[in-house]
Amino acid sequence: MTADATTRAHDTFPKLARANAQRIPDRVAIREKDYGIWQATTWRDYLTQARAIALGLASLGFVRGDKVAIVGDNRPQLYWAVLATQALGGVPVPLYQDAIEKELEYIVDHAEARFAIVEDQEQVDKLLALRARCPRLETIVYDDARGLRGYSETCLMSLAELQEAGRKFEIGHPGYVDEEIAKGRGEDVAIICYTSGTTGTPKGAMLSHRNLIVTARNAAEFEGLRPDEEILSYLPMAWVGDHIFSYAQAILVGFAINCPESAATVRHDLREIGPTYFFAPPAIWESLLTTVMVRIEDCAWPKRRLVRFFLDLAQDVERSRLSGRAVSTWRRLLYPLGRLLVYGPLRDNLGMRRVRRAYTAGEAIGPEIFVFFRGLGINVKQLYGMTEASVFVTIQRDGDVRLDSVGTPIKDVELKISDEGEVLYRSPGVFQGYFKNDAATRQVMLEGGWMRSGDAGFLDAAGHLKIVDRAKDVTRLADGTIFAPKYLENKLKFSPYVKEAVCIGQSRPYVTTLVNIDLTAVGNWAERRSIAYTSYTDLSQKPEVYGLIQQEVERVNASLLDDEVLKGAQIRKFLILHKELDPDDEEITRTRKVRRGYIAQKYAALIDALYGDGDRAQVEAKVTYEDGRTGTVRADVHIREVGAVRAAR
Amino acid sequence: MSQAIAGPLLEVERASVRFGALLALSDVSVSIERGEILAIIGPNGAGKTTLLNVISGFYHPYEGRILFEGRDRTRLSPPDVAELGIARTFQNVALFKGMSVLDNLMTGRLLKMGGHFLLDAIWWGPAKRQELANRAFVERVIDFLEIQSIRKTPAGKLPYGLQKRVELGRALAAEPKLLLLDEPMAGMNVEEKEDMSRFILDVNGEFGTTIALIEHDMGVVMDITDRVVVLDYGRKIADGPPEQVRKDPAVLDAYLGASHD
Repeated sequence: MTADATTRAHDTFPKLARANAQRIPDRVAIREKDYGIWQATTWRDYLTQARAIALGLASLGFVRGDKVAIVGDNRPQLYWAVLATQALGGVPVPLYQDAIEKELEYIVDHAEARFAIVEDQEQVDKLLALRARCPRLETIVYDDARGLRGYSETCLMSLAELQEAGRKFEIGHPGYVDEEIAKGRGEDVAIICYTSGTTGTPKGAMLSHRNLIVTARNAAEFEGLRPDEEILSYLPMAWVGDHIFSYAQAILVGFAINCPESAATVRHDLREIGPTYFFAPPAIWESLLTTVMVRIEDCAWPKRRLVRFFLDLAQDVERSRLSGRAVSTWRRLLYPLGRLLVYGPLRDNLGMRRVRRAYTAGEAIGPEIFVFFRGLGINVKQLYGMTEASVFVTIQRDGDVRLDSVGTPIKDVELKISDEGEVLYRSPGVFQGYFKNDAATRQVMLEGGWMRSGDAGFLDAAGHLKIVDRAKDVTRLADGTIFAPKYLENKLKFSPYVKEAVCIGQSRPYVTTLVNIDLTAVGNWAERRSIAYTSYTDLSQKPEVYGLIQQEVERVNASLLDDEVLKGAQIRKFLILHKELDPDDEEITRTRKVRRGYIAQKYAALIDALYGDGDRAQVEAKVTYEDGRTGTVRADVHIREVGAVRAAR
Repeated sequence: MSQAIAGPLLEVERASVRFGALLALSDVSVSIERGEILAIIGPNGAGKTTLLNVISGFYHPYEGRILFEGRDRTRLSPPDVAELGIARTFQNVALFKGMSVLDNLMTGRLLKMGGHFLLDAIWWGPAKRQELANRAFVERVIDFLEIQSIRKTPAGKLPYGLQKRVELGRALAAEPKLLLLDEPMAGMNVEEKEDMSRFILDVNGEFGTTIALIEHDMGVVMDITDRVVVLDYGRKIADGPPEQVRKDPAVLDAYLGASHD
């Protein structure tokens, strides 16, 4: 059967999954590390389990179009629940598992969820609390009963009970699930992904089965994905990326997904699995790099020198390759030695020895970080996409990877640049609109099916898409100098010591930065220098730490000299924030994108101080704890001035 | 919460312990009911740890006796007591610091391991099956205490709060009927205390383990225990539900020192 014919015959995920259960029943579909062992679910089990859940939901009066909130870490049970919901013609609505009650409440209410299928007590507690204000929510189903023995709420039931009810229901209704699966159509809404968004309230993007199937297949063909791929499903299920990789592509191609044991064991599990296909937002690549750098610092000096030498070499070689320059013979000879001594072992240690392709997506990645991993021989590529496009817009093609572009459009995707310089796209993946928010849909969807990306960019002669920045972020200083905050921040974040940075400068006389230090790296650095500290806040305000960060800022300023356009926008003052930016405090999104507008407002006093004369500022900030309670933290924050770096050094 | 079998799980009858001239416990009677969480509190030097040591067989009372499941167990040694199904943690963490968390927990299974050293050496047949079964149980404890990420970490490298949790895990690995915890939350911050409280409640709820614990944090005691025994100068001065004990004049005196000035 050709791809098109298959699409017609199996136009929904339940149909595809059922086909897998017949075609490859005993192949592993999902592995989960539980009790220290990787436990497998085959495609046959996947369908059987999902079927029992679907029947259980049916016994509770589930009707087509009902929404099911799904909350928890990546667990096989929750993927079964997604499939079960779709099998009945319902719509799964995955939510961020670390969202606080208030955020969950908005989405559960807005999505009109009748059912919730959640992982454990933590999520049950949140949902029980918000249920009083979300009367539509009828039943909460949990997988892990731990800690729930004293709960007497009638709306609660365990997943096992639900499946048991389903098996009873089946006796009176044989063939029920298959009939419901047969009613499904490609244009039905398959999932609603609420985008956390760097501005405003979350919006629920509705994606149809066809959106996801066509896009996931086009991307799979573009990359030549095979049924023997292994991926690690560790990114939140609420993120459209996890849905496309761990669910849509896994079912389409028939490869195995692996759920880590817990959030804290991801690194270890990554190494045990050795995925062939891997994706991570820049924040994860940054933290991987930080781990590597910290370990190198801990080495004895001969080893440290050796590793540094070869890492520098790898980056030089990779830079030359990316820009199409010739690599000198000397370097070409040394590189294999580096592979033997450093790159290979390091890749193995990171769990990336078997990676055939890896993506960085979600945000622009700092070029240094990108070059670092590619230099190790990991085929990291940039992917440009968004929820509204069913993820894939462009991918860097193997062998045609460049630093400054995000690649070329995949099959069926058309690109054009609007008169204002905004990237517009049109593809079969373009979503069905925001749920109950036509006004927002009209804002992004233009005539003829073109979609606004919100990013400024251009297409080069070879058809590569280059993204400049979030369209609204590229601005000018008061004197008209062009200032691209993201670009500076990514340069800063290449330093293992800088976890997050927010650059400010629009209509200001000069550029300033709020810096978040990386507790692991700076803590390790401080320990080696016998600098005692008591807490994150304390460490962040040490003069030595300011000195350390100042060096990083000066490094970034110096690197700007090469850039004709941006060299005027050097960082002149910075301060180190007393606390980490946190999604619970709404400072960054759950996918770790900085929410500039909110930060500018929240830290207005600090920013004013950066443009004032003083060398310290008082900050009083509201913090939100994981359970939604709030408190206030007061701190005294220092301000450091950095001299401008001039061309003649 | 009590189970089908009648009678207290453990009874200390009129026990007295003397160190030289010092009367550490004087005529103390305590019963521990099946399935309950009992707190033993009291000012410093009141004899709380001594009482725990009497129960776990470290000390033998010179007067009085101890009944476990209705049978006299006064003269048993600590290994015998462990065999009965009593496990404990210590005030100062007592882990094997150089061993991994996993290995530390496996030592908690020691009493469940029989076998033959030759079979063990070649890891064959029953020896292999037995180790796999023990490992499987230990993995359940690891999952329960949410310490998957430190399975292979040497215990000595862990922060204090986690060491305490590992020690609890080792006690749990022995599948005790009675779990004795000596200041499980000493030196912890609020968050760690909340976690530990939850684990103690969950151990009691999920495994039905009877728990006797010594604790200084009154908030914790009031929140998680079913009954409180108060000791002062080696004597029992109160015994009852937390709300009642809190208002007891003798307890107030002992803590606030009104009658001992």
